[in-house]
Amino acid sequence: MNSEWSPDEELLFDAPTIRPYVIARGRTEAQDRFDLISLAVTIRPTTGTEVGLDPEHQAIVRLCRRPTSVAEIAAHLDLPAGIVRVLLGDLFDRGFVAVQQPQPEMDVLDERMYKAVLDGLRAL
Amino acid sequence: MAFGRSDSSSTSPKMPKAIKLLIAGGFGVGKTTMVGAVSEIPPLRTEETLTDRSVGVDDLSGVEAKATTTVAMDFGRISIGQDFVLYLFGTPGQERFWFVWDELARGALGAVVLADTRRLADCFPSVDYFERRGTPFVVAVNCFEGAPVFDLAEVKLALNLSQDVPIMLCDARKRESGKEVLIELVKHAYGRRPTAAAR
Repeated sequence: MNSEWSPDEELLFDAPTIRPYVIARGRTEAQDRFDLISLAVTIRPTTGTEVGLDPEHQAIVRLCRRPTSVAEIAAHLDLPAGIVRVLLGDLFDRGFVAVQQPQPEMDVLDERMYKAVLDGLRAL
Repeated sequence: MAFGRSDSSSTSPKMPKAIKLLIAGGFGVGKTTMVGAVSEIPPLRTEETLTDRSVGVDDLSGVEAKATTTVAMDFGRISIGQDFVLYLFGTPGQERFWFVWDELARGALGAVVLADTRRLADCFPSVDYFERRGTPFVVAVNCFEGAPVFDLAEVKLALNLSQDVPIMLCDARKRESGKEVLIELVKHAYGRRPTAAAR
C-alpha cells in the first residue's frame, strides 16, 4: 500500500489556507466591512439548531458575550481576520451580534477621549 | 456610519470605544516585546490574508494567480475604565505589506516608531510612512543591553525628524517605560489633532 503524499500535492492543497475559505464559502467581499478593532458583542445567543450557522459562527457568538474585537476573535479562533469579517457579517445580518465600528479618523478629535486615555495610561 | 443598528443603545449593551495605536520599526527591534510589556493580556496574533490583487506583481512571479500571502501581526490590549479600550498593533516588519499598513493606520490615533541605534536605517521606512500619511508618531530608541548610548539629538538628526516629533529612550521590556512612551504619543497626538478649521 502506498500512502505517501507527493510533495507537489501538498503544495497544491494547502489545507490550512483553504479550510477557512470553505467555512466562508468562498466569500471574501465582506473584508472591508469591519476594522480589526471593530467590537462585536452578542445580543442574541444561538440555540445550536439554526440553519446555516457553522461551528465557527457559534464559537464567535460564545466568544462575544463580552465586547470582542475582530482581531481578538481571529486570534482566539485561529482564523484569518478576513474570514472572521465574513462570519461576523453573517451574524450581524441575522441579528446575533451588534458591531461597533471604531471612530473614523475625523472624529478622533474628542478632547475628552484624549484626557481619559492619558489619565488611564498614567494610572496603569 | 453604515451600521445603524450598531449605534442603537436600546438593543446593544454599552460598548467601549476602541482606539488603535501602532508600534512600528524594523525586524527584531522589540515591537512585540513592547506590546507585551504594556498589554493587559499576553500578546495575541492575528493574520491578514492578502489576495493577489493586494500584492505587488513581482511578489507573485512564478506563483499561481490565486496565491495568497499571510501577514501576521501581534497585538495587545489596554482597557481604560469602561469607556475606552486601546489596541496596540505591532506592524508587519516588511514594508512590502503596505496593504496591511494602510489598514492598520486607518483611524489610528498614532504610532510609536521603535529604533535600534545599531540598525537605525531599519526604522526609516516607518518614519517615512507615518510622515507621508500624516499619522502622529513618536520615536522611541530601544536601549539594548551593550548597545552604545547615543545622544538623542544626534539620532533625531540622523533620522531627519521634524523638530516637533518627540524622541525618547526606552526599554521595551519594561511596562513603566512603555507606558511613558504611550503617554508621550497620546500627548503628541493631542497637540497634533486637526482643528475643525483645518478640515
